[in-house]
Amino acid sequence: MTDVFDFVVAEAALLDSGRFDDWLALFAPDGHYWVPLLGAAQVDPLSHNSIAFDDRLLLQLRIDRLKNPRTHSQHPRSHCQHVLQHPVIECDDKATGEIALRTPFIYVEARGDDQVLLAGACRHRLVRGPDGLLIRQKRIDLLNPQRALPAIQLFI
Amino acid sequence: MHNYRDRPEAIQALVQDDRVHRDLYLSDELFALEQERLFANTWLYVGHTSQVPNPGDYWSLELAGRPVMMVRQADGVVRVLYNRCAHKGSRLVSDESGNTGKFFRCPYHAWTYRLDGAPLALPLKDGYAGTRLAECESGRGLVPLAQVEVYREFVFARISDAGPDFKAYFGEVLGAIDNMVDRSPEGRLTVGGGVLRNVMRCNWKMYLENINDTVHPMSTHESATRAAADLWQGRAADEPKPMAMEQMLPFGAGYDFFDKMGARVFANGHSVLGVNFSIHSNYAPMPEYEAAMRAAHGEQRAADILQRSPQNSVFFPSLSVKGSPQAIRVIRPLAADRTLVEAWSFRAAGAPDLLFERAMSYNRLVFSPMSVLAHDDVHLFESMQHGLRGEGNEWVSLHRNFDPSERAAPTVTTNGTNELLMRNQFRAWAAYMASSDVATP
Repeated sequence: MTDVFDFVVAEAALLDSGRFDDWLALFAPDGHYWVPLLGAAQVDPLSHNSIAFDDRLLLQLRIDRLKNPRTHSQHPRSHCQHVLQHPVIECDDKATGEIALRTPFIYVEARGDDQVLLAGACRHRLVRGPDGLLIRQKRIDLLNPQRALPAIQLFI
Repeated sequence: MHNYRDRPEAIQALVQDDRVHRDLYLSDELFALEQERLFANTWLYVGHTSQVPNPGDYWSLELAGRPVMMVRQADGVVRVLYNRCAHKGSRLVSDESGNTGKFFRCPYHAWTYRLDGAPLALPLKDGYAGTRLAECESGRGLVPLAQVEVYREFVFARISDAGPDFKAYFGEVLGAIDNMVDRSPEGRLTVGGGVLRNVMRCNWKMYLENINDTVHPMSTHESATRAAADLWQGRAADEPKPMAMEQMLPFGAGYDFFDKMGARVFANGHSVLGVNFSIHSNYAPMPEYEAAMRAAHGEQRAADILQRSPQNSVFFPSLSVKGSPQAIRVIRPLAADRTLVEAWSFRAAGAPDLLFERAMSYNRLVFSPMSVLAHDDVHLFESMQHGLRGEGNEWVSLHRNFDPSERAAPTVTTNGTNELLMRNQFRAWAAYMASSDVATP
């Protein structure tokens, strides 16, 4: 199972180094990035709203936006750092080939003189494709998602 | 340092016909005065009755710095009470929402109150015999806000006992709530999907002005609309768009589009932007829903309701309403340089789930802390909060389409890019802030 642990670490490292296109390539065609508004308590993405619920098209849009020189909120640029705890495998379904992991984290997003600090648990649902692991869902359960948050500009 | 408290003429001088002074955004003293004079004397949005569906349900919040709670009574009425024990001031509830049962019980010394705030019991009753407790505020229980109006299940309150009547204060802009509720074939809305909350380091007026700013999307949101347009380029015009595309692409519609959408201002700072059409006018039709609307309201009235989809209707100074998608924003000023904005979605009884999904999707895309569009807005609000400290120009320009005759009538219909919508807000602001006869609560 070392490869799935390495995958989770490498995935966060791509975000921390700003390699967003490479990061998006880790998502399966039906992959989603999801930050539920109820955090770990949320059952599904449609019965309740979410802070973010992106398919690949919307992720691509966010990434393309970040490349535009007239992305005003990126002057100065944001940088992020994920600090991960060791992932725990929640489910390894041999029948479907899907592996679910839970990785507690601390996330820092810095911009100019300011830093946003978030904590929570990241939950990956990974599938094995012909070229290796892909993300079917990356879910971020924040510790306190229902209270007021400042702008979170990159990807937790 | 300025002293504004005792100088109404100095406050009035900050709001000229076609520009406003930077102190409106920067001054801590003016913010404190706003809490006393503007927010206490105007009708503020509290919440929706569907947040407290059952007797004993409460929803607590801060209203212009005061702790209050909406409480559903045994008889079904929704009251608004100060969340403050009559004894020593502890809040009765510290969770945002819940059910208190048949009474409130203060956790500190166990004083209890009925759901309407009337005192019920307290320990060591004999100790109060012969004291003045029963004759003073502390013996009277929880303080209700006397001025509460529930308009089609939207709850508003005024902190001050004196001031304009609810309907006289809002007038025609109430039609925006009617339109939102009438979009339910059963005439009933419920809040749904939770509330998205953003905190930003800017003055609340920057946010409220921007709700009526039709000239910023082309430049402020260029990065998002360009990315959306590029991703959708080459598709046939009639190809069904994913909801995110359907909602984002119109932001880049251009100056002419926003100008022609038209606008109307009303007395007391209220406005409707997009009286002709808006970026919300061309969402995919829903034949079954439209049939349900015709069955409920009749052919002509259903068409009237559905054809009307303004960009934003501002209920000065705390609320902005969209009828389609069914979403509201609530502006909660926290300090001169700090503002909380809440985005709520509504579910319309008798309407398909798609309508509710549109509301949630719009709020998520546009008003979430991870919004694709709002990052650039918030950056610019915070940037103005810094930039205004520069010397040599103490004024914010609101000159676009200024016409001295615009002050002659309270209701004016005009072009969508006229800064009259903002001038109208500031004129209402000055009327409350600089008047010597506003009530102090």
